[in-house]
Amino acid sequence: MIARLAPLLPELMLSIGATILMIVAAFAGRRGSAWVSWLSVALLIAATFALIGAPSHAGPVFDGIVTADLFGAFGKAIIFPSAAIAIIAAHGWFERGAEHASEYAVLILFSAVGMSVMVSATSLISLYVGLELVSLASYVLAAYRPTDERSAEAGLKYFVLGALASGILLYGISLLYGFTGTASFAGLAAAFGRGAPSLGLLFGLVFVLAGLAFKASVVPFHMWTPDVYEGAPTPVTAFFASAPKAAAVLLATRVCLEALGPATDAWRQIVIFAALASIFLGAIAAYGQTNIKRLLAYSSINNVGFALIGLAAAGPRGASSVLFYMAVYIVMTLGAFLCVLWMRDEKGRPVESIESLSGLSQTRPAFAAALAIFMFSLAGVPPLFGFWPKLLVFNAAVASGYVALAVAGILGTVIGAYYYLKIVKVMYMDEPAAPYARVRQPIQGALILIAALAVSPLGYLLIGPLGSITDKAAESIF
Amino acid sequence: MSGLPLLTILIAIPLVAGLVALFLNANGARWLALAATLIDLALGAYLWIAYDPSGAQWQFVEHMPVAGSISWALGIDGIALVLIQLTTFLMPICIGASWRAIEKRVPEYMAAFLLMEALMLGVFAAQDLFLFYIFFEGGLIPMYLIIGIWGGAERIKASYKFFLYTLLGSVLMLIAMLYMVGAAHTTSIPSLMAFNFPVDAQKWLFLAFLASFAVKLPMWPVHTWLPDAHVQAPTAGSVILAGVLLKLGGYGFIRFSLPMFPDGSHQFVPLMFVLSGIAVVYTSLVALVQRDMKKLIAYSSVAHMGFVTFGLFAMNRQGIEGAMIVMLSHGLVSGALFLCVGVVYDRLHTREIDRYGGLADNMPGYALLFMVFTMASVGLPGTSGFVGEFLSSVGTYHASTWAAIAATTGIILGAAYMLWLYWRICFGTQRHKDAAAMPDLSTREWWLLAPIALAVFWMGIYPESFIRPIRGDVGRLLVRIERVAPQGDSQLTPGPGVPRAAHGATQ
Repeated sequence: MIARLAPLLPELMLSIGATILMIVAAFAGRRGSAWVSWLSVALLIAATFALIGAPSHAGPVFDGIVTADLFGAFGKAIIFPSAAIAIIAAHGWFERGAEHASEYAVLILFSAVGMSVMVSATSLISLYVGLELVSLASYVLAAYRPTDERSAEAGLKYFVLGALASGILLYGISLLYGFTGTASFAGLAAAFGRGAPSLGLLFGLVFVLAGLAFKASVVPFHMWTPDVYEGAPTPVTAFFASAPKAAAVLLATRVCLEALGPATDAWRQIVIFAALASIFLGAIAAYGQTNIKRLLAYSSINNVGFALIGLAAAGPRGASSVLFYMAVYIVMTLGAFLCVLWMRDEKGRPVESIESLSGLSQTRPAFAAALAIFMFSLAGVPPLFGFWPKLLVFNAAVASGYVALAVAGILGTVIGAYYYLKIVKVMYMDEPAAPYARVRQPIQGALILIAALAVSPLGYLLIGPLGSITDKAAESIF
Repeated sequence: MSGLPLLTILIAIPLVAGLVALFLNANGARWLALAATLIDLALGAYLWIAYDPSGAQWQFVEHMPVAGSISWALGIDGIALVLIQLTTFLMPICIGASWRAIEKRVPEYMAAFLLMEALMLGVFAAQDLFLFYIFFEGGLIPMYLIIGIWGGAERIKASYKFFLYTLLGSVLMLIAMLYMVGAAHTTSIPSLMAFNFPVDAQKWLFLAFLASFAVKLPMWPVHTWLPDAHVQAPTAGSVILAGVLLKLGGYGFIRFSLPMFPDGSHQFVPLMFVLSGIAVVYTSLVALVQRDMKKLIAYSSVAHMGFVTFGLFAMNRQGIEGAMIVMLSHGLVSGALFLCVGVVYDRLHTREIDRYGGLADNMPGYALLFMVFTMASVGLPGTSGFVGEFLSSVGTYHASTWAAIAATTGIILGAAYMLWLYWRICFGTQRHKDAAAMPDLSTREWWLLAPIALAVFWMGIYPESFIRPIRGDVGRLLVRIERVAPQGDSQLTPGPGVPRAAHGATQ
């Protein structure tokens, strides 16, 4: 029994830990929020280390409902730390009001369990359960500030649209199950491998992809993203933009390559369309934005588009580039959001307008430099490290013969570069605005520094180790 | 050769100095930047002495695999060597030119310049395709900041235009590079230079690289970012832009387009000649009507770059060596001309040509040096401009007489706009009191301009010093492209043989 559960050690740790913490939090009340948060962070770090061993190579568990392979382990290795960072980020942010309850950390823990089920799911049922666990936690998190109307609106909007997307996904799943008689990915692959898929299967495939596209905020299912990102409390936005997004993209990768692998021709055109639409809409719609959270929302749509180019390329090389892309993307995004969390006026209230960044390089040079590094990196301008994952996805596309796709995508980077440059311009070339309040948060500061160094040219030293891990992880789903 | 990784040190010195400069005060940053660039100049000079023109093609080679498909591979041939000389020579001058002109945010400014130098040196030294691309594109960031922060009134627009224009050109090259690596299974530039790509693909690869290099060079009609960038950039920014950044385009043609895609190049020779001809003639005419000194020199840069592309795509020895000398000479001369503009701009804060006049009376030293550079730009024998333009025109003539006609027209027009500019600024009556009251060159300004003048004469009188290192490499390039070189219409045609007796020779 123990041996059968060993591959699920991280999930077990998180679920049991989260349940206990929830009960503790209920009794401790607001006083306990600080140490519940730190315990949650410790739990997530411990879960990350628990990935070493059985959870990364034990293979199918529970008759193939989920699997413990390197692909899933890689996903968890980037999801758990970013969930931990989302908790740390909230620590200094909520504390001033009386609104920071311990549930925040617990909700993120449950969401982390859901995400780890998502990335290791090998059956439509576990896929759906994992996804819903994340979604339910996310709806609550988005509406986490009851005093803020925008937060409540974000939560409601996310819930209504999310429920619709879940319905679409479930409908797709029922079609696939109805036409093949199996919910397991291996069974689906076998069914799709038996010749041209029937109309029912095609419909199922499209609906499932549409549901996943919603969760990953891919165009044309992105409408909720800017509103929810703007309305949700900033630490929650940082969380939404990182871990759940990576989980959704990884899940889509596994579904497309493992379950729908034989039907590559059927889904490839959908993914290509979604990729290019995301890149261009993400780049163009960001032009007029004045709120930095909205801008980063479009930036995340844009970036997922690039990751999908790697998916459209398919094959181990494409999958590996998607993993690499999401890993670097998470670092850049979390770094950028940690900077946004430091945007406070003299009274310590959070500021979100891009204008308020004016002349930041003169009042706070290090802060401005860090944010500029993240912006240039998100834009994919060498010598910053954000360039390398873009190169990898385009390389995968060119190697699969999709040169036109790569050309179109790379033209999108030039359009997108404009608004990243705009932030740099505001910080470096405009006259200084009212300075921000100084925030004394050494841990967040250290995290920003680490993220900035990781995406600086020093990041190229990571290509070797990270590249070999993503290659192996990608191999494990073929 | 010593075991030290000289090229890495050459790149690392400005990089480290740039990072340190950020933490210093204004004066500390100035002195550190000067010291770092002078050390690099000395190292560059040592490379020049240590480089063996008859030795291996690639010297000072370093190779350290980073991971995957990228490696820290450096090495230089003669062509890269002379361009590295140019960079290390101009950099201390740029720092000197900014000594007093830049007063706000000096540490950041010096850091941007030093970073710029490190990246430019990296471009010339890189032997790995992706490493080259990273250096090549990386230069955009410091230049964007230099124009955008320390530039003139329209600096924001100019900086955006510069960044997005050049980025758009370069990304297509990246896709072409990915294809090349996929086809040749190597990222090593020397191996790729010997690799024969399929002829069909060469056409597309050439066009993708052209998109990048044509914008960088710049060629007509994608030159429009250059006048804006030059006019808005601070003086030293213009110097480095004209002196080194524009050379990246020409270097790219020599290093990539010609040796890697000879058949592609062959197909597009007519296009290149037409574009170069338009660049030479049209932009010279545009330069003629400018009222802003910097804009005039910016358009003259585009015209001079026309000589580079003419020479390169003539695909013969004179043409390519001439193109190289034009690049070096233009780097020195246009840099010096921008400095000359900077000298009077620092005093009167205007670049309007009409606001000056008769400066030869109150600024004789300035008028003398300005004349030297004007003559060099015109291509007077004895100056560097002559050697380059002459060789490049000879090469062009061998390839096509029509192209040569366009090129030589440009020389005449060049004389027209430069001499007229000089006349309007230095000669004539002194119409404006403030212009007449300007003091002559300070010691610092003499130190900036005199070395360039000496280099201009050196290159004009004894060009062998500069041609010797590149001769072997041009020869290797010619071996690769000889078979596709355009057959000119100006070859000597031997007439029918006439018996000796018939022309009156006696036994």
